[in-house]
Amino acid sequence: MDEVQVAIAENVAEQHRHHAKAQFFWVWGILLVITAIEVYLGYQNMEAVRMLTILMGLSIVKAALIIGYFMHMKFEISRMKWITMSSLVFCLAMMMVFFPDAFRIIHLGVR
Amino acid sequence: MAEVAVQHHGVTSPSAAYEPSLFGTYSKKIGMWLFLLSDSLTFGALLYAYSYGRISIPNWPTPFHSTSIRNATIMTAFLLTSSLTMVLAVRAAVFGKKSAQLGWLLATMACGMGFVILHGREWSNLIAEGLSLPLFPAVPHAEANPEFVNVTKTVPQFAATFFGLTGMHMLHVTLGVVYLGVVALRKKFIPILLGLWLLAWLATPAYSPFHYGAHVLLVAAIVCSVILWLKPKVYDASDIEVAGLYWHFVDLVWMFIFPLVYLMSTRII
Repeated sequence: MDEVQVAIAENVAEQHRHHAKAQFFWVWGILLVITAIEVYLGYQNMEAVRMLTILMGLSIVKAALIIGYFMHMKFEISRMKWITMSSLVFCLAMMMVFFPDAFRIIHLGVR
Repeated sequence: MAEVAVQHHGVTSPSAAYEPSLFGTYSKKIGMWLFLLSDSLTFGALLYAYSYGRISIPNWPTPFHSTSIRNATIMTAFLLTSSLTMVLAVRAAVFGKKSAQLGWLLATMACGMGFVILHGREWSNLIAEGLSLPLFPAVPHAEANPEFVNVTKTVPQFAATFFGLTGMHMLHVTLGVVYLGVVALRKKFIPILLGLWLLAWLATPAYSPFHYGAHVLLVAAIVCSVILWLKPKVYDASDIEVAGLYWHFVDLVWMFIFPLVYLMSTRII
């Protein structure tokens, strides 16, 4: 790396040094608890769409914790957060265009 | 903060001619983030395909009994724990604690290998019981479970999306373990990797998809050897952090695969 890159890397490392180890154990514990809740819900006899919504909601919470704390995104500059996360959410949301068709098939049946 | 660093260090450096980092961090970290964003679209497409099938097919099979769910839950715990050990490895690296860094990286690799072994065992059991793809060779002398044979015949999308999605993820975890091995042990990891390849290749029967899949390790060993030969270096804290980003991403993707593929297909008795 050149001098600028080394300086930036050292700056990032300095930010890491201020994070308490306990914080990571807390996040890990919360992730395990949410997983346990998901497994419990898996055994409840729920309608597929409702179950999918709840499980995906919990998975998004887990994803936010992993991205925010383990991947350090919470501590990045706001420009980094907004550009990466908004473009990702936008692209994934665009894929939802297929779901109305899936609902149509299950409600009307394939002809 | 990045601008301050650039001004301070760039007075006599030709690098000062360049603009400061747009994202306030070093370029290889931005590069990894861009790769992960593109990779998340690949997994996104596979997950959406699975969800589409799950919603639109009324007789979607729910073949996973409590044994499978227990196995998948342990696999999830392995990955979550590996993310914790990875973040502790990054922390040890920025504090300059070399032995702790190596220990946490090896712990992360062990968790990743545990995940792959459990997943491989589950795949083998499912294939032997009759949940299979046309490209998988038939398992000789196996007692097929009528339930799985029926699923393969009536809803072929289930096996296709299940093996496609989880196989893609297993490949990512395997390559993640290789990546961490190279960062942790450098050249010393190449003979270990070749040993793992031979073990996986020779220990699996010829009809198993892992018999051929093991060659991924051979290809990885060749690629890693070339990289280490062309650019030998001691990996620093920034390299560990970038490797960590990849590893956390692999964990992150599983947080969606586990509920979608397993919990949405749980057999409730």
